Amino acid sequence: MQIARETLLRSYRAMRTIRMFEERLHVEFATGEIPGFVHLYCGEEASAVGVCANLTDNDTIASTHRGHGHCIAKGVEVAGMMAEIYGRSTGVCRGKGGSMHIADLACGMLGANGIVGGGPPLICGAALSHKTLRDGGVAVAFYGDGASNEGTTLESLNLASVWQLPAVFVVEDNGYGEATAASFACAGTQKARAAGFGMPYIECDGSDYFAVHEAAGEAIAHARAGKGPVMLHVHLQRWYGHFEGDAMTYRAPNEVAEARRDHDCLKLFRERVTQAGLFEDSVLDEVDAAVTDEIEAAVMQAKDDPLPQSADLLADVYVRY
Amino acid sequence: MTPDITPITMPKFGLAMTEGKIAGWLVEPGTQVTAGEELVDIETSKITNTFESPVAGLLRRHVAANGEMLPVGALIGIVADAAVADTDIDAFITRFQADFAAASDQPDGAEAADEPVMMQVGAHSLRVHDRGAGDGTPLVLIHGFGGDLKNWMLNHAALAHGRRVIAFDLPGHGGSSKDVGPGTLAFFADVTAQLLAHLDLSRVHVMGHSLGGGIALTLARTRPALVASLTLIAPAGLGPQINMDFINGFIEADRVRGLQDVLKYLVHDKSLIGRRMADDVLRYKRLDGAEAALRQVAEACFPGGKQGDDLRPVLAGADVPVTLIWGQADEILPVVQADGLPGSVTRHLLPAIGHMPQLESATAVNEVVGAFIGHEVATA
Amino acid sequence: MSKKSFRQAINEALRQEMRRDPTVILMGEDVAGGRGGSAGTQDAWGGVLGVTKGLYEEFGETRVLDTPITEASYIGAAAGAAVTGLRPVAELMFVDFVGCCLDQIMNQAAKFRYMFGGKARTPLVIRAMYGAGFNAAAQHSQALYPLFTHIPGLKVVIPSSPYEAKGLLISAIRDDDPVIFLENKVMYDVEEDVPDEPYAIPFGEANLTREGDDVTIVAFGRMVGMANEAADRLAKKGIGCTVIDPRTTSPLDSETILDCVADTGRLVIVDESSPRCNMATDIAALVAEEAFDSLRAPIRRVVPPHTPVPFATVLETLYMPSVEKIEAAVTATMNHRVTEKV
Ligand SMILES: Cc1ncc(C[n+]2csc(CCOP(=O)(O)OP(=O)(O)O)c2C)c(N)n1
Ligand SMILES: [Mg+2]
Repeated sequence: MQIARETLLRSYRAMRTIRMFEERLHVEFATGEIPGFVHLYCGEEASAVGVCANLTDNDTIASTHRGHGHCIAKGVEVAGMMAEIYGRSTGVCRGKGGSMHIADLACGMLGANGIVGGGPPLICGAALSHKTLRDGGVAVAFYGDGASNEGTTLESLNLASVWQLPAVFVVEDNGYGEATAASFACAGTQKARAAGFGMPYIECDGSDYFAVHEAAGEAIAHARAGKGPVMLHVHLQRWYGHFEGDAMTYRAPNEVAEARRDHDCLKLFRERVTQAGLFEDSVLDEVDAAVTDEIEAAVMQAKDDPLPQSADLLADVYVRY
Repeated sequence: MTPDITPITMPKFGLAMTEGKIAGWLVEPGTQVTAGEELVDIETSKITNTFESPVAGLLRRHVAANGEMLPVGALIGIVADAAVADTDIDAFITRFQADFAAASDQPDGAEAADEPVMMQVGAHSLRVHDRGAGDGTPLVLIHGFGGDLKNWMLNHAALAHGRRVIAFDLPGHGGSSKDVGPGTLAFFADVTAQLLAHLDLSRVHVMGHSLGGGIALTLARTRPALVASLTLIAPAGLGPQINMDFINGFIEADRVRGLQDVLKYLVHDKSLIGRRMADDVLRYKRLDGAEAALRQVAEACFPGGKQGDDLRPVLAGADVPVTLIWGQADEILPVVQADGLPGSVTRHLLPAIGHMPQLESATAVNEVVGAFIGHEVATA
Repeated sequence: MSKKSFRQAINEALRQEMRRDPTVILMGEDVAGGRGGSAGTQDAWGGVLGVTKGLYEEFGETRVLDTPITEASYIGAAAGAAVTGLRPVAELMFVDFVGCCLDQIMNQAAKFRYMFGGKARTPLVIRAMYGAGFNAAAQHSQALYPLFTHIPGLKVVIPSSPYEAKGLLISAIRDDDPVIFLENKVMYDVEEDVPDEPYAIPFGEANLTREGDDVTIVAFGRMVGMANEAADRLAKKGIGCTVIDPRTTSPLDSETILDCVADTGRLVIVDESSPRCNMATDIAALVAEEAFDSLRAPIRRVVPPHTPVPFATVLETLYMPSVEKIEAAVTATMNHRVTEKV
């Protein structure tokens, strides 16, 4: 499938933005300035971006605790995200949600989620809206290998099939749920699970943007065409600990190093597009420079932005009370 | 300290009082007071008590105002002769306050040295508090059934002058390990001897309370060479009778409410038994094995609800000095058990005092014991 | 006796009970941690905050079970194992995750004994951490003990210190009913002297951590420490506070609360759970009903507002009860003057 140059450049920029956003958080978190805890998406960028490149603002996604990448890929403002993570009143959730609850319904982002398995049922509902309102939209649930074992996830697969919903279930399989390996915690296979619920299954290499883009394109087209839900199984590697502070003693010492060497989606992307003569390195370097500035500005701005006011505490519990 | 200035300090009422509030001065500065005259009302967590002037003299100052909450020992007033200059009083107060502040915020390290420690003695792990130093024959304190070394909290430091004074928790009690073997007096006397050997002590004064008195007597029988003198406070072994409602109630109580009632048997002035005290006892009683240990001891020492050991013959044959202290209002072991003993035994029967004179009448007990073992040292 | 952290006290209680009773088992997400990982370690974590560290090493995989992320099934499995001969201690990690398994707790474990005519015993312990103060935001900061207290058949324990945690957890494990054991996540590093030996603190008996004549303060879990500090500050101003730590919200030691209110005539309740239908309202109702005549001032509640827990530090601080807020409430009840009706 041919991908438009413009899409490719936008995707590259999104992946680079996620990478730099997370790497910067890794550094900033260590200073103690960022409240709460953060889960970084480094190494998994091509999954969010490859899937979301097939979506519009009219489509809906639900994310996870590891949600920064999905937000950026779906078009949430970077500065607003950073401010949110710093607990500022300018944050996308006005400093009330933090890293794990970034949401922006205006661009179809139903929220990161602190509850593992919280997203898939919501996506059944979003898909039901799209279907009932006939707006042509598709709903996509991102969830991890760990979340794939939650009852809510398995029930959602069934419900989506029963209702023939325009939904895509993206299993982001990075091999671990916290410190426990998927090989220990997931019985059977994702493929067999999809079959068990009567839905098509597609898998792809999550470090290859093009593979994800193609597989997701197929899955989303299927769902959009009214043919019912699809499971998309993306194989990934996470480069940092489960959350910041996790020493990852459960992983072999070379595992992350090898992933960084052989499965870096940005490196692979750049190699492919420059070898194919689609882009000069200099064009991509310009993107990198622009993103560097954007992240720097976002951090500076976030640190400078005002804190929430006491009146904010009581606001927005209800629409009306 | 200036001889003609007497500090009046926050008294300690009850067993667990650490601070008190000046509820109201009853005497204004400038008034001549007699010793024992009502001076000030002090309010503690549960009761208000009137504090009587410890001395006769002119009350010169209220240092603490009505309503102020202060730790025990803090300066609340000054008694001094009319001739003492106000400036001298000011200087006195300044010095006192500085010393008091320094004493009350001693760094942890300095206090740590004067804390109980755990010692492995044979098969037992014993909590031992070894205080004081000097040439005087050391004194060993043996607590009673269900007690622990805190039973001596008002005596231990007071007696530790010029000698070591060693208090410890018997097996099955306090912080010591819970194996009590057969639970007999002989067993406990044996452990006591082992502890003394462990501490390299060949001859000591022994003070025992209640069951600990029985242990002291047993030790004097089985290892007379170890015992320099015996101070017996309401000791076991001098008669069959014992209040089994206390023994059984103590074993069974696992809550503050029930235990507080049981502990009231121990004293004549029931207001001394606060909730905090019951809490402290429960901290040890709820350790795994503590209840079983107490049951074992009760079965071994009080079979059929009576004291099983008759230790009167030990007193008859003893060739060391013996002092006996007994509260006349004892509800655990009746004071009549102090009768009919050899004339060599000095008896101190304290009116309106219950089973724990060392707490309820600490000053009197400390005086008696100090004089008794002090005298013995001098003539030895 | 030695200084132990809240975390160590809990770990020691688990270890000692597992040694004593081979039917005690542990299960939860990453309670060992690292199963199947490429490093080959089997207990990389010992729980997300290291509370169960080292137990896998001593007791092995038949006693320390890592579960997939499936709260409904493993909490339910723990309930099922409890009625059939084991004594499971299941860790729910954050109490907020009870949303995923409430049925197994509320409709299953809690009701077996009564529904089955007294024929079942369900010696189940569910451990979970609760409470705000960590910027963990709305889904990881709740203090849900009122939810459990509301359900007949459950016992609910909230330890306020390391000493309390060890003794109460041992009681929970030895108890034949389902017990929810809630650990305030901010307290894991708090230290105090804790006996090395096992000991059991009975349920349903409150602990008085301060005694004073003017005001009774009832506080739960981490709030007990705050109440003590407020009481100490107030004592310097001549206001005496009795601080009650009920230890368990179910059973609740209403007798001690009523006795203390009878003595002081004033009541302040400190509860960090959401303010509607929480422990503060429950105790206020109890006192209004049973001790109305001893009250000399209106009951005051130091509770958060009726909002989810906010993320930003400024908002979270505003949200939480604090020593200052407790002091202010006590002072307000002291300043209250009864106006006689004419
Ligand atoms: C219901 C629920 N259970 C447990 C957790 C704690 N938790 C947070 S992330 C996580 C692991 C999730 O693994 P996975 O779904 O594979 O996502 P990954 O972290 O690998 O991206 C767990 C157990 C939670 N947040 N919610
Ligand atoms: Mg995963």
